[in-house]
Amino acid sequence: MSVNYPLVHATASAPLTPRLTFAQEVASFVRTKPLGAGGLLIILAMLFVALLAHTLAPYDPYLADYGVQFARPSGEHWFGTDEFGRDVLSRIMYGARIALFVGFTASFSGCSLGALLGVLSAYCGGTVDLLLERMMDILLAFPQLILALAVASILGPAVPNVVIAVTIPIIPRAARVVRATALSVKENQYVEAIRALGGAHPRVILQHILPNVMAPYIIMLTAQLGTAILAEAALSYLGLGAAEPTPSWGLMLSGSAPSYAEKAPWIGLFPGIAISLAVFGFSLFGDSLRDTLDPKLRGR
Amino acid sequence: MRTYLAKRLLLILPTLLGVAAVVFVIMRVIPGDVTLLILGGDQTGRIDPQQLAAMRHQLGLDQPIAVQFGTWLWGVLRFDFGTSLWTGQPVLQEVLLRLPLSLEVAILATVVSVVLAVPLGMLAAVRQDSWVDYVIRVVSIGGLAIPSFWVGILVILFLVIYFGWGPPLEFTPPWVDPWANFQQLVWPVLTVGYRYAAVTTRMTRSTVLEVLREDYIRTAWAKGLRERVVVIRHAMKNAMLPVITLVGTEFAFLIGGLVVTESVFTLNGVGRFVVDAVAHRDYPVVQALVFLIAFCFVIVNLLIDLTYAWFDPRIRYH
Repeated sequence: MSVNYPLVHATASAPLTPRLTFAQEVASFVRTKPLGAGGLLIILAMLFVALLAHTLAPYDPYLADYGVQFARPSGEHWFGTDEFGRDVLSRIMYGARIALFVGFTASFSGCSLGALLGVLSAYCGGTVDLLLERMMDILLAFPQLILALAVASILGPAVPNVVIAVTIPIIPRAARVVRATALSVKENQYVEAIRALGGAHPRVILQHILPNVMAPYIIMLTAQLGTAILAEAALSYLGLGAAEPTPSWGLMLSGSAPSYAEKAPWIGLFPGIAISLAVFGFSLFGDSLRDTLDPKLRGR
Repeated sequence: MRTYLAKRLLLILPTLLGVAAVVFVIMRVIPGDVTLLILGGDQTGRIDPQQLAAMRHQLGLDQPIAVQFGTWLWGVLRFDFGTSLWTGQPVLQEVLLRLPLSLEVAILATVVSVVLAVPLGMLAAVRQDSWVDYVIRVVSIGGLAIPSFWVGILVILFLVIYFGWGPPLEFTPPWVDPWANFQQLVWPVLTVGYRYAAVTTRMTRSTVLEVLREDYIRTAWAKGLRERVVVIRHAMKNAMLPVITLVGTEFAFLIGGLVVTESVFTLNGVGRFVVDAVAHRDYPVVQALVFLIAFCFVIVNLLIDLTYAWFDPRIRYH
């Protein structure tokens, strides 16, 4: 058996097109997908602000200053201040951390769990597939809000808990997509060959099936990033996510924003723009990435 | 076809049972007790334990959870969803009071989204990587990115400031006063419709793009058919399957999922009812609503699969 293994691992490659350097690839991405490049720019800017929030932010996001309540946007407070006199710009900058944290953790864990279940479901087939599929059906049919309400009442409204509520609905969606791809990957002759050579199931799944479902996984991951950020905002808006005084964008829109909207529209305006811009960036980038990664959509 | 239908209908049962069981357990695991809320006291310790026990016994909450679940299921089979612990009214009556509004918003928003999305998505696909495509994509991704509650707040502000409009206090059904009904629902419907138009446009664009690369489309071009015929007669029919799936699932979601929109526009719909019921720990109402939402979801999914066969004669169910 071991005699044949080197053959299995041997990779034959015939370079059809000259290999591009990373810089060239980025340049060609920007040229062919200007919208995607724009999205990437927004994401990078958001990452930059989130990482350096403590140096970039002009004020402490938690510091209430009752001397400057409802200050209009000015040179001192670019985005104005809220009803506690907290600087809106600083809160938005720190809010980027929460949005990115929830977005990345929820999307990554949801898609990874979903992908694993999807591959298992496709590979095992039979009863395992039927049971897993029914479980995914239940998760899909279960209203996300009830889940979020339950999580918030059991664990309390807080950022790490909202991740759970945002992650769970992502799992069945990722599982569906990955399962469909894994079903067709499974039928490939190289999988049959590995099995014939005595490759154990975990080995086949981890080394041969998982790498081949990476494209839908990555597409799902980027697509769910924006959705997760939006879900966190909506849950925090409903009081089921982050709790005061956490500078979460959704929370900033909830309590004070509508009630003071006529008096101080900037309190609600800027967090809304921040949410929209973030989700916009991730969706633009995700779309272009899908166009690039999905062989069915490549070229014309 | 008949066996397929029977099989699918049978598979619905475990899903619904699963959902019902999960919500049953969740509602009883979360802290807070409806009896405490009804009796008024909370952590003050002033409630008479005997009164509490009597109340729990009266509501049947002192029985083992499995027994409670069995009782509830037996009721559901007879279309008896129990009485609301909070208002004392039959749950079915309370739900039917709010369902027309939610259904109307869901139907109208779905219509708005499909009417906008399908032509725009096809146009974007046919003119891929042109400025038309870019504009449609930016507008549709905008619809995805802008939180609907934020749009709602902006719309209401705009209406209040410029037209002195106030959110209505009571829902007017279309058969009572169509004009008043229209005025009440036009903004929520447009807000929600734009968002779902965005989702559907993206789906239409990507499936049309895929179909346009198929061999039979190349044949159609090679035959010298006009673009309109190739795109509408040949490409559209095949591209619509995933779009139908999406529209159907979104519709099922819209019936119970518009909590945020309903609270922004102060509409008394199913979504807000769920949240209030969870807040009051009104077990029968939450169970009935989750069951209803899940039921809509699985039925819509079944209908989607059946339309597949109608749209694509190659698909035959066994």
